Amino acid sequence: MSGLLFNFLAVFTVGCAAGVVLNRNSVASALCLLLSLVGVAGLFVQLDAFLLAVLLVFVYAGAVVALFLFIVMLLDAQGGERKKFKGATIVASSLAGLLLLLGVCSLQAHAQLPATVGVAALPVGATLRSYAELLFTTYLLPVEVVGFLLLTAMLGVIVLSKKFEGLEDGK
Amino acid sequence: MSPPSLTSYLVLSAVLFAVGFFGVLLRKNTLVIYMCLELMLVASTLALVACSRFNGTMDGNVFVFFILTVAAAEVAVGLAIVVALFRKRQTIQVEELNHLRD
Repeated sequence: MSGLLFNFLAVFTVGCAAGVVLNRNSVASALCLLLSLVGVAGLFVQLDAFLLAVLLVFVYAGAVVALFLFIVMLLDAQGGERKKFKGATIVASSLAGLLLLLGVCSLQAHAQLPATVGVAALPVGATLRSYAELLFTTYLLPVEVVGFLLLTAMLGVIVLSKKFEGLEDGK
Repeated sequence: MSPPSLTSYLVLSAVLFAVGFFGVLLRKNTLVIYMCLELMLVASTLALVACSRFNGTMDGNVFVFFILTVAAAEVAVGLAIVVALFRKRQTIQVEELNHLRD
């Protein structure tokens, strides 16, 4: 049953991810990204990481995709005419694709990762308590740093999007 | 059907990463490139959560927690830059944003 669910979610996620890349319309791309993220959240639930699944849906699907949609509608910059790819682009992409495919195949062939306990391992990520214990003891400093980073990002966005009179350079 | 192994999760994450990578290479719209970058980030988080689950540790999960936070900040700043760029140049197609090259 869980194998069937995994296969369904995997196909759904990768299909929606391909939709992000292949769609010409940016709005449709953003909506495909939303569906793909929901698929990943489903996979997180299968991996017993319930908190992370909820956070993924809240932060990514809620905030990030909404922001993307907002900006796409605001700028209203739909592709226009599409130019042909250059030869160098095609060669580089196919080379990169070949390397990635090789990497995936070698992973499939001999991925004997050491010390894997398998599904028999206790689902330690299932409870909120385990996150809280780690975040407020071992990872207290990173939490503070991330808080500071968010503050900096907020200030940066304000500086970037506000027009300050008399501070324009040049003209 | 047997439950999925760690390898299948890692392969899925690699495929997802590859799809995002192709999007970054092939698309010309800055916003879509940004979405593909997010896709790559999510693929890496999937690998972290899977490794964490199959090894019975918490470190990967906590790391994903931080990645989510940093990604949110990154999207906010990046989209603000895109909007500022659009204000200045009236375009967000990458092949038209080549003034540093010329």
